[in-house]
This record gives sequence, structure tokens and C-alpha cells, in this order.
Amino acid sequence: MKSLEDLKKLRDEALKKMDVRHVKNGFRIQIGMGTCGIASGARNILKVFIEETSVQSLKNVTITQVGCMGECAYEPMAEIIDEDGQSFVYCNLTEAIVKEIVQKHLMDKEPIQRHLLSQRKG
Amino acid sequence: MLERIHVLICGGTGCLSSHAKDIKKQFEIELEVLGLKDEVGLIMTGCFGLCEKGPVVILYPDETFYAHVTPKDVKDICEEHILKGRIVDRLTITNPLNKTQVKNINQLVFYAKQKRIALRNCGAIDPMNIYEYIAKDGYQALGHVLMNMTPQEVVDEVTRSGLRGRGGGGFPTGKKWQFTKNTVSSQKYVICNADEGDPGAFMDRAILEGDPHSVLEAMAICGYAIGSNQGYIYVRAEYPVAVERLEIAINQARELGLLGNNLFESSFSFDIDIRLGAGAFVCGEETALIQSIEGGRGMPRLKPPFPAIKGLWGYPTNVNNVETFANVPVIFLKGATWFKSIGTEKSSGTKVFALGGKIVNTGLVEVPMGTTLREVIFDIGGGIPNKRKFKAVQTGGPSGGCITEKDLDTKIDFENLTALGSMMGSGGMIIMDEDNCMVDVARFYLDFTVDESCGKCTPCREGTKQMLDILNRIVEGYGTMKDIEELEKLAYMVKNTSLCGLGQTAPNPVLSTLKHFKDEYISHVIDKNCKAGVCRELTHFVIEDNCIGCGKCARHCPVNAITGWMKTKHVIDLDACIKCGACKIACPVHAISSQKIEQEVFL
Repeated sequence: MKSLEDLKKLRDEALKKMDVRHVKNGFRIQIGMGTCGIASGARNILKVFIEETSVQSLKNVTITQVGCMGECAYEPMAEIIDEDGQSFVYCNLTEAIVKEIVQKHLMDKEPIQRHLLSQRKG
Repeated sequence: MLERIHVLICGGTGCLSSHAKDIKKQFEIELEVLGLKDEVGLIMTGCFGLCEKGPVVILYPDETFYAHVTPKDVKDICEEHILKGRIVDRLTITNPLNKTQVKNINQLVFYAKQKRIALRNCGAIDPMNIYEYIAKDGYQALGHVLMNMTPQEVVDEVTRSGLRGRGGGGFPTGKKWQFTKNTVSSQKYVICNADEGDPGAFMDRAILEGDPHSVLEAMAICGYAIGSNQGYIYVRAEYPVAVERLEIAINQARELGLLGNNLFESSFSFDIDIRLGAGAFVCGEETALIQSIEGGRGMPRLKPPFPAIKGLWGYPTNVNNVETFANVPVIFLKGATWFKSIGTEKSSGTKVFALGGKIVNTGLVEVPMGTTLREVIFDIGGGIPNKRKFKAVQTGGPSGGCITEKDLDTKIDFENLTALGSMMGSGGMIIMDEDNCMVDVARFYLDFTVDESCGKCTPCREGTKQMLDILNRIVEGYGTMKDIEELEKLAYMVKNTSLCGLGQTAPNPVLSTLKHFKDEYISHVIDKNCKAGVCRELTHFVIEDNCIGCGKCARHCPVNAITGWMKTKHVIDLDACIKCGACKIACPVHAISSQKIEQEVFL
């Protein structure tokens, strides 16, 4: 250990690994991981969400999983709850859509209307 | 892949003894089977504090709190929660008020009223991984102190924070550091007193097991302030987990250059070694502790000269308790003013208490000074189990005294507890209900101090033994009123004339029970009756008229001493009764109690 700066660098590195354990109050992403969700590839979606938020270094985002969300035909689905508690349900997710959501919804705060469940179901 | 779930398993001694290690192993197996190994982080932490519900497992990011987990439950948690995102309801805690399941750790009242400073990392980080401590701003305080402050500024900051010794005495820590700093010497020592001996106290163990680095960091800060470059941690050999984690922590800190030569490229060097105690209670006294480190027999000596002038091997030595040290890094991270703003005017900061005895939430709590005893026992502790009535709380272990119902609204701080005839002590809190006999409690603590007295001074060696003899006479039914007078006289004599803290405080349990529960002593001596039904010789269980004849007592009696028809009053055969008290606990209407023997003849 040479200086306080070294220590701070070490701290920031270590913090990344412990990020899951921090209580956050920002966006909450819940991914449907019932049997239906898992069968249609929700695990990969979950993985991409985690990777993307980490790449974009979004700190205040909780990513978690929930059971079946009810609309099994539209899996994989993810519900995004923003700071105000408003919920957006995205459906038929793919890796590309997830990246788009992270970019547009989480960072630019603009929900992507065409992927929302409410839009799809008409 | 990045870890998406962290499973925190409590690795405090309490949970370890109920198979926390097997639970971790089982998690590893199950996660391997499900192919989730890379996504889930398994962390064994220090004590979460809610030992009653152990073994405890917490899952992040959902903050789900699972209680009483067994290795068999691990499969369910993995398949349901980790794989499918469904919380396993049967393992969550039921809220006693509205019978709903408590899923989130923040909903637990137990944690809501606490403020964690000394225990800040306990149960939050892996104590065997220095990087997790560093992530929580660990060693930042040390770096800041070494680079930006002079030793005198460090001492001043601690003085300003108002931190007082958490070992029990409550001596201002800043003042102690100043004394040692002022003594001119080529060699000085820092000692961490981890010889936690009070029956029922385990907060120092929890800190050492859950956050050993905070103690190491604080010792280095202290070393810089007083001009010492060698520290010793005197820890009981009975704490194997704490010793093991301390050793790991010291080695990790040395590897990263946070202990050793020229820390942060300054001219300051500091190293720490562990010394094991052999389990003598008296070695918690600082001069006895120093004797023991030197290799001698642990016996206290006269003060002054205080260790700050002449301590270990004759050099100035600063001795602080584990919890005191655990507070130090936070003072430098957040500032003395912040620390001073917590607690009461004279006692700043928080205090950790170990709740034990007749209480729902046995465990470890940390509350700001100034919290009332009632809040600690009834709100955080959850009150008395089995619908029994609160009788007294013993604070300060064998050196403290009992506090009764009427004083429960006292705000906890050093002065208030001393004024009540008890003391802060190291923080053990034993709660007693109506089934505890106060004479027996006094006898228990005295028995402990008689065992632990080192024998150097006569009042403590002989006086406590005589007191114990009297108490033994009383509980066996041979006591007289003169014995009680004699007991009180002896108690003051031992208190006033003993050499060290052990003897000076040993009579406290007797004096405080005599003060608050003299009627119990008198009923032991005159009526030959122990109302609580604890002292065997003085217990005569009788069933009273409000018996509903349910027959529960008869079914619970191990020697079939109770007879009676259903729905009529039952009778105990006193010749057959072995006074185990099983019937008393079983009775749904509290109809069974111990009565004076004459009364029983008429019934």
C-alpha cells in the first residue's frame, strides 16, 4: 500500500463485486423466471441485464427475479419499476432489446413504447 | 458472468454451532447441480445479531431473511428462490402482531430501532476477505490519519468525540490516549483487551468474528497517536473462531502493507500479535492482563502507576476494549462532531448489548446511548416469552446489579446505570422473569466470582467465599435473619477494601438483590419458601383453587406425583414430588405455585 489513492482504487474495485448487496432506491428490474420464462430464455435475459448495467456502470439499479408473471405467451418478460413506482412491462425480450432498454429507458429515461406489453396486446 | 445473487450465511459462533458450515456446503452442492455456481456468491459473514432465529441466511438483492435454516432447506431455497424467484414462505419469520410473513429484513422491528456503528460490518461482509472491509471504506481512516494529521490532532479528535471505554468502566478514551502519549519512552505498546469473561456477554466475540479488521485499523491509529509500533490482542482461547479470523486478518493486512513497516510510505510502522488467554476472568482487568502477557500468573497489581505510565514490560501501555476500538475508525471517517451527536451528552455513541435469559429475541443489539431499557427489552428484544411477567434485568454481569420494572424507563448511559446500583459493564443483559429466584441469581454470580477470584487480596478471596457460604445456607433452608445482616455487612466490606475491580464489584449482585428483593430473602429465611420454585429445598408446589382440572400438569409430571379427576382440582403428592417445576410451566392458568409449608398442611 503506497498511498490513500491506491487504497481508494482498491476500494472501488472491491465495491463492484459487492454491488448486489447494496440497498438501492433507483430502477428495479424484475424478470419473470417461472418455468415459462426459463423455457423461453429468461436466464439469458437476466444475464444480459446484469452485464449491460455493469458495462454502463449504472449503480442504482436492482435486478432481481420473480415467479411467473401471468402472460406466459409473451415471455421472456421484465417489469421495470422506476423511481416513482411506475411500472413498465416489457415482453418478448431479446438480447438486442435488453441493450436498447438499458440505453433508452434506464439511461435516457425514455420508455420504449413498441416493446411494452400494453402496446403489443393492443 | 457477474454474480446476480449473494447468499449471506451467518458465521457467528451461535449459528456455526447449529451447522452453518453444513448449510454453506449444501449450498455449494445444490448450486453446482443447478448450474448456477457462477451466478451466485456465497458469503459467510459475522453475526447478524438475531441469534434466536439462527441459523440465519439472507439473500440479496431481495433482502430476504430466512430463519432457522437447516441443511435440508437449502434445496428449497436454491430451486425456488434462486432459480425461480419465489420466496420460500415457510422459512421467513412470522410477524407476531398481524401473523403475516416478514420477507424483507427492513421490516424486522429488531433491526429498525438499532443504530449500528461498532457492528457496522458484522453480518454485511466476509470477515476473512480484507477486500470486503476495504470496500466498506476500511483502512481509509488509517490512511487519512497518517497523511493528514499529527498524533496530537488524532488524540484531540478522539477526545472531542466523547468516546468512552466500552469495557465497562467508561473511562474517556481520548484521555487515556493522552496519558500514554505524554509519557516519554523509547518503547510503547497498544493492547486490545479481548478477554471477554462476563457470563452472557458476547459482543466482543461478535466483532472479532465479524469485523476483525476494524479492530486492527483502530489499533494502528492508536499506535500512531501514542507513538507505539507494536500491538497485542489478548483474546480468550475459548474463542477459536475469533482467533482464527484474527490470524487471517492480520496476515492479509500484512500482505497488503496495511500492517508492517512504513505504512502508506510514512515513517510510521506498526505490527500486531495475538496473545491467548487461558480463560481467567480476572485477566480482563488491565494490570492482570499485562501480567498474563508477560508470561506471569494473571494477578492484578496496585494502581497507580497506571499502565499508561508503567505497563507491559515496564513500558507505557494503552489498553482498550474491542468495542472501543471498533468505534475508532468511524470517528475519523465521519468526524468527531457526528459521533458526538449520537447518544447522550455525557455518553456519546452507541452501545452493543448481548440479550440473554428470558427474552424472545436472544441476540446482539446496538442502540444509541439514551435509549431506554424498556425499548431494548420489549421493542427490540421482543419481551418475555411464554406470557410470563418481567421481574428484573441484570446488566454488567457478575459486576453489575439488577434493575427492576420501575426503573425500566431509565435512559441507558454510564451514569444512569451506576446510579441505579448496577453498571454498564461490558454489555451483557440477562433478563429474568417470575420463574427466576433472585437469591439464586445472586448465588450464581457470587459462585462465579469466588471461582474466578485470583486470591491475591484477602477481602476478595475470603470475603466472597464467606458470602457464598451464607447464600448457600439460605437457599438450603438453614438461613436466619442474622445471616442476611451479616451478608450485607460483608458485602460492603468486600466492596470497599478489595484490590481490583473484580472484588470491588463482586458484591454488587448481592447488594442490588438485597435492595430490590429483600422480601424474597426474608421469605427464604422466615417462611422457608422459594416463591419462584428454584431452590429445591424450599419449594413446596401446591395447586390452588383456580385449577380447571385439565390434567396437563399430571401428564407433564415425570414421577406421577399429581392426581385428580378431569375437571376437578388436582393434588400434588409432596413426598413423591421432585420439584422439577414441569407442572408449573405446563399449567395454563398459573394455578401452581410454591407455598409456605404450614399452608400446605391445611389444604
